[in-house]
Amino acid sequence: MSEVKQDFVKFEQVDKSYDGELLVVKGLDLDIAQGEFLTLLGPSGSGKTTTLMMLAGFETPTNGEIYLDGSPISNIPPHKRGIGMVFQNYALFPHLSVYENLAFPLKVRKIPKEVIDEKISKTLAMVSLSDFANRMPAQLSGGQQQRVAVARSLVFDPQLVLMDEPLGALDKNLRESMQYELKHIHESLGVTVVYVTHDQSEALTMSNRIAVFNDGYIQQLSNPNDLYETPVNSFVAEFIGENNTITGTVKEISGGQAKVETDTGESVIANPIAVSSVGEKTKMSLRPERVSINPDNSENKFEATVKEIIYHGDHTRVRVNILNDDQFILKIPNSSDEIKLNVDDKVQLGWTGHDCRALDF
Amino acid sequence: MSEAIRTSDGELLSVKLKKVESRRRATAFLLVTPLLLFILIAYIFPIFQMLIRSVDNTEMNQLLSKTAIVIEKWDGKELPPEEVTSTFYYELKDLIANKKHGKIATRLNYEKGGFTSLIKKTARKLDKFDENGNFLDQFMDVHKRWADIEYWLALKRGTQAFHGRKYLTTFDYEQKFDGSIEKIPEKKRINVTLWLRTIFVAVGVTLCCFILAYPIAHLLAALPTRYANLLMICVLLPFWTSLLVRTSSWMVLLQTQGVLNDILVSIGIVADDNRLELMYNMTGTFIAMTQILLPFMVLPLYSVMKTIQPSLMRAAVSMGSTPFNAFRKIYFPLTYPGISAGSILVFVLAIGYYITPALVGGSKGVLISNRIAYHMQKSLDWGLATAMAGVLLIAVLVVYWLYNRIVGIDNMRLG
Repeated sequence: MSEVKQDFVKFEQVDKSYDGELLVVKGLDLDIAQGEFLTLLGPSGSGKTTTLMMLAGFETPTNGEIYLDGSPISNIPPHKRGIGMVFQNYALFPHLSVYENLAFPLKVRKIPKEVIDEKISKTLAMVSLSDFANRMPAQLSGGQQQRVAVARSLVFDPQLVLMDEPLGALDKNLRESMQYELKHIHESLGVTVVYVTHDQSEALTMSNRIAVFNDGYIQQLSNPNDLYETPVNSFVAEFIGENNTITGTVKEISGGQAKVETDTGESVIANPIAVSSVGEKTKMSLRPERVSINPDNSENKFEATVKEIIYHGDHTRVRVNILNDDQFILKIPNSSDEIKLNVDDKVQLGWTGHDCRALDF
Repeated sequence: MSEAIRTSDGELLSVKLKKVESRRRATAFLLVTPLLLFILIAYIFPIFQMLIRSVDNTEMNQLLSKTAIVIEKWDGKELPPEEVTSTFYYELKDLIANKKHGKIATRLNYEKGGFTSLIKKTARKLDKFDENGNFLDQFMDVHKRWADIEYWLALKRGTQAFHGRKYLTTFDYEQKFDGSIEKIPEKKRINVTLWLRTIFVAVGVTLCCFILAYPIAHLLAALPTRYANLLMICVLLPFWTSLLVRTSSWMVLLQTQGVLNDILVSIGIVADDNRLELMYNMTGTFIAMTQILLPFMVLPLYSVMKTIQPSLMRAAVSMGSTPFNAFRKIYFPLTYPGISAGSILVFVLAIGYYITPALVGGSKGVLISNRIAYHMQKSLDWGLATAMAGVLLIAVLVVYWLYNRIVGIDNMRLG
């Protein structure tokens, strides 16, 4: 068995500017392994879609080169790249039936009719739409249209499939089931997928690795678990999942721990991730589920006032005022030994120094 | 068993719903009544009148009402019996007394040439007729044409209340007095030429408009709104200028000593003594009509193109299709509703176009509409004019019917 190519797709120092003044993608270096599900995640305007469009060939890099399977592709027009693509608004051809939509990429390749029929029925079965071959796109629901779009991008067996926010237009339940469906299709086919989204839960659910984009740069590139548990900067910490931020100034760093003085003058023990010297300003990131109520012994322990209680079914979100910050959130799992809290109650909150990550300001 | 649902005042709900619904419908009908009446009076009724007029001859039928009845019984194989000639004599005498014989002379002249002078001469000598003698002989004495049976047949035909012979004339045919239908003499034929030319010009102008409008509409749909609006104003500008002004400006541009020829001569493409004939022929009609009708093609195309997602082309290209093939297989078929709506608009407008061909067409560029106007204003053969207009109307209806069969009127997008 051949070795999996780690740099099946390779971006090398790619810049992109639309107006010649502002770079929307800056010095991008990115390797995508064969068979990987890589998500480009970021807010709008962060450069993720531009990156995808450069890979598809609809935009040309201003500087740098993109390699596909070892060969540079900047000068290859999009229709010769053999990359499958799923668009945000499905982009199904409204005047062609589902069958004809799927046959389009195959007919272009002059594949014989029997093979086309076989491939289409196989692909339609994969997205469980076998009975819909003769429908027109307008006769399908949003989820079905999306599945046709996915089937169409896979039917000609591309090595690489690009997906540009394909689930953005679906409702929440459908989106979640489609996430699993896409994940399973990816696993069963072993195709390389580059997926663009601004929805972090979608990215966390589906991806092997996630590249978080902001301001034209990749802020962090790692697997979903690391991304959530160990964000390397405050943008990633705030963008992925829920996050409490405490700002302060580093007073002391020793033995893998930092002592940070908050703006209110209190001292917090934190994990120095992105701070290295005394006197630096820092934003400390703390996940709501890592905060415990009335801890026995904890490195950090402060009194808080309950401001708001929101029932969420499986958990309860409590907004408290702590260290002079009344946007501090904690999550209490909905278990039988649940602690009863009321608004205006005073409680002790604590967390470990390890969970409180001191990041860049 | 379930009980019938009633409203709070005890009425059956289904009955109440029906009442409310019919009241709403009555209100809606009341609101559109003025428009309905307007269309009826200003559109349906005149068209109906026009179609009637093309076969209507009741005026003649009434002026010579008694003659019409007795001549109808005459078999037309030999000169008419005394019953016919005497009735005609008495009625003609009354008409002369009321000074209405000029009218019948003109109308009978449409049926057979020479009738005007025949009636006038007969009228002058009618008072000398012996009312106890043989009328046919006396008619023949007044003018030898009365001995020609065709004049009596023309009288028979000319007093029929309704006839469709104007429609034959429309296509350069005539009905002989023996009932056979034949083409009119070659040098008199003009209508068929005009019909063919009209259809040729309408199809050609539609094609030219399509070729010119497609790229413009595409550009309009692709440009950012700011520039698209500016370009749209340029496209619509002709709509805000009077048709007459536009046509006359074409005359200034196209005439032999006009701007276009001057430029061509000064560049040296055309010799000064060999200037291009761009006006008073088909070229002029073509150029001016294409320019004037262009917006009617651009607007439906634009409205359709605006709805085509740009990602469709990208999708096609990403699947391996060349940009040209993506256009041919995806974009172009999606613009069919716009193409057909624009084409039918331009075609229908072009087939009945009047002012432009009248001004820049000359004799070689006139269309059927100009012929209709000629018969309305100059020859005063309203029957023929309305018959031609009727054929034009039917032609347009046939085009609509075909359009509906092929494309479906619901698919029409007019902007």
